[in-house]
Amino acid sequence: MASIDTHQPALPQPGKEKVPLWQRYTHGHHWRNADDEFDGAKIGIWLFLATEVLLFSGMFCAYALFRLMYPESIAAGSGYLDWRWGGLNTVVLLISSFTIAMAIRNVQLNQQFWARINLLITWLCAAAFLVIKLTFEYIPKWSDGKRPGALFDYPFAQHAHENVWWSIYYVSTGIHATHVIGGMVLIAWLIYRQGKGAYGPTHYTMMEGVGLYWHIVDLVWIFLFPLLYLVH
Amino acid sequence: MTTVDRNLDQLGDHGHHDEGSYLNPKYGPIATVWDWMTTVDHKKIGVMYLFAVLFMFFLGGVAALGLRIELLEPTRIDETGNLTGAALSFLAEGETVSQAAVGQAYNRVMTMHGAIMVFMFIVPGIPASLGNFFLPLMLGAKDVAFPRLNLASWYIYVFGSLFGVFSILMGGVDTGWTFYTPYSTTTTGQPQVIAMVLAAFILGFSSIFTGLNFIVTTHKLRAPGMGWFDMPLFIWAVYSTSIIQVLATPVIGVTLLLLIFERVLQIGIFDPGLGGDPVLFQHFFWFYSHPVVYVMILPAMGIISDVLAVHCRKRIFGYRAIAFSSLAIAAISFLVWGHHMFTSQGELAAMVFSFLTFFVAIPTAVKVFNWIASLYKGSITFTTPMLYVFAFLFLFSIGGLTGLPLGTLSTDLHLHDSYFVVAHFHYVMFGGTVIAFLAGIHHWWPKMFGRMYSEKGGALGCALVFIGFNMTFFTQFFLGTQGMPRRYASYVDEFTLLHQISTYGSLILALGFVVHLVVFLHSLFLGEKAPQNPWGGLTLEWETETPPIEHNFHHEPVLTHGPYDFDEVVPPGWDPKDYPLPEPTPGGHKH
Ligand code: HEM
Ligand SMILES: [Cu+2]
Repeated sequence: MASIDTHQPALPQPGKEKVPLWQRYTHGHHWRNADDEFDGAKIGIWLFLATEVLLFSGMFCAYALFRLMYPESIAAGSGYLDWRWGGLNTVVLLISSFTIAMAIRNVQLNQQFWARINLLITWLCAAAFLVIKLTFEYIPKWSDGKRPGALFDYPFAQHAHENVWWSIYYVSTGIHATHVIGGMVLIAWLIYRQGKGAYGPTHYTMMEGVGLYWHIVDLVWIFLFPLLYLVH
Repeated sequence: MTTVDRNLDQLGDHGHHDEGSYLNPKYGPIATVWDWMTTVDHKKIGVMYLFAVLFMFFLGGVAALGLRIELLEPTRIDETGNLTGAALSFLAEGETVSQAAVGQAYNRVMTMHGAIMVFMFIVPGIPASLGNFFLPLMLGAKDVAFPRLNLASWYIYVFGSLFGVFSILMGGVDTGWTFYTPYSTTTTGQPQVIAMVLAAFILGFSSIFTGLNFIVTTHKLRAPGMGWFDMPLFIWAVYSTSIIQVLATPVIGVTLLLLIFERVLQIGIFDPGLGGDPVLFQHFFWFYSHPVVYVMILPAMGIISDVLAVHCRKRIFGYRAIAFSSLAIAAISFLVWGHHMFTSQGELAAMVFSFLTFFVAIPTAVKVFNWIASLYKGSITFTTPMLYVFAFLFLFSIGGLTGLPLGTLSTDLHLHDSYFVVAHFHYVMFGGTVIAFLAGIHHWWPKMFGRMYSEKGGALGCALVFIGFNMTFFTQFFLGTQGMPRRYASYVDEFTLLHQISTYGSLILALGFVVHLVVFLHSLFLGEKAPQNPWGGLTLEWETETPPIEHNFHHEPVLTHGPYDFDEVVPPGWDPKDYPLPEPTPGGHKH
């Protein structure tokens, strides 16, 4: 008689008062079992990630089109960006992707303390990304007059269509930054719930989902970075 | 050696024995309203969606009647300098009502009609209402995979629609539902345009949520014993639709976002004056909006497959062909967007898109032939749903066939932006989707609300709709070939007769809907109680009570026969209606 790993939490033992939340979780009423629920959530998240990729692919198409139309303006525009800030932000995001993956691993092994540390580092990295983007890139550029479309007001422009470059730059990095903010909200929620003991070896769907989302945010940046910073 | 027993509770009793109908009010009236507004029951959400989209259909319909009445006579300035024949002149702004002002008013009403019908009625339409209600039931599930996401999708839908209505109340938008730049970036009425574009943007989320939910539900919540090829064809259709919704909607999302930035910040991506490219908008727009015409029609095709099989008591011909053609349509639909832009792109691109466009007609034709073959030797009953199936086969074929001259470059140059296009898409969207929606509503009405409707009334409504629809739109094929351009408030005298036939037809069509409304209200309040399985259907929704109990089934159903096994399940000589379906066996076995 083969026994099947049911993924069901061990029943609370009498005497042990405090059973953590994750152990008490079974599964939603309309699911047959916790495995199905977990698989379903995973499919759902992957579909959501597909929508994210398609959303950004619209921006990538626009980028490709304008790069074909105005190669010099795009190259010149890219020249205004400092690859070192972009590179630093890439590193920051890569670290955060690593720490959130670690946090999930920690939770699976019930190392709640390390999970917490890793989640906090992830959140801080996200914040650092935004701070770097804002203080060293957006603000100085905007005040130089390097602005999108009709707002463009940079006296030393060398090509006719640098304004289009800035439109692409601000919109694509802006949508990406919005996703970083969204990620920070989600990670903050994870930190809060993790503190309540909601995640553990048998129940970590939410962590897994946010983790996948965060990897996509990272991945999009991995594409944006060379396309925007390294083309000149 | 036991069989896998980790799912014990799934097969055993789960305590849904003495549960009442999902419609039963539980507490007081306020609590009942609260119960509905916070429900995560897919049936209630389906009903809420049904009412919401039908209300939007009504609003869009009123706008359409306004347009037709405006077109009853050409607008002219007579000798005394007065404007004649301008039924919409009361909507025109300014002191002196000029022809141009009437044109503006016409454009606003036209956009309101188009935007409401597309974004608020026909795209969410069938999947969110009938799909929500019946997808889990047909799969034998208790609910959709993510019930709260489902409720959120409804609220987002309502929120988005409010933006649209708000935009109309502020004076409306005159860009056409396609929001082409530069109309949408330069016309007066800044806040309205933004509100309308935001409405479409927000509605996109509800569409994605619904699609995502249905895909996961279909993958993970099928009843034990139900393989992919045991699913009713409606599910296949809704599944394919959901794939398109999930993959196409994000693109329109980013497009509309860019449009809003363009309008607010003048980022110039679509503005040639600033170095941008307006044709890019058209590419983005149709990359979404062509696949979306299949979001409109695929669920309709699913309804037809199921309703047709049940009402002619026959196994559907070519089950797999129909199922796969849904997927094929979903795939090909992403490759043909350029056929909306034959006149605004290079010759080579136009030829490639024309070629690909003919491909999409193939899986569509496969379905039509299969439906017709299914009728052969069936015992056809002429119930209202079946009458609508016939109407569908007739009208949708006309709509599909007239797509071919539009997909042909040489003919499209003449027909593009004419009434021929208007007639084509109304034959597919109305003659296809709305007609199938009506077939589905009649077919499932008894299950949803537990009451029968009057067959005579239903047939009368169907006849009026059919006659009215053809009068309204067949004439427009002639108008188009003779050169009547679309989106104009007036026309040359020669077109008067055809326009008048069209307008009178639209009034008959409206009358048909009034008849249906009366029939449904009568059914709700005075209708006979519906039996569990009035049509003799073999899909799982007919195996539960009418109306279904809160958790759908007393026991989790186990599939013992296919959805179209009329020959195998029903003993010869019996009417499936009288044949008591076996109680789904708890813990039962596969066939
Ligand atoms: C046999 C399959 C079909 C073919 C070959 C086809 C072809 C076309 C073509 C070439 C056009 C562009 C005409 C022009 O603007 O010059 C068009 C317009 C349109 N079609 Fe179809 N079509 C098909 C089926 C459908 C279906 C099933 C629907 C919707 C349920 C649909 C909805 C529309 C709409 C809404 C437009 C007009 C969009 C606008 O400009 O406002 N078509 N069709
Ligand atoms: Cu199309």
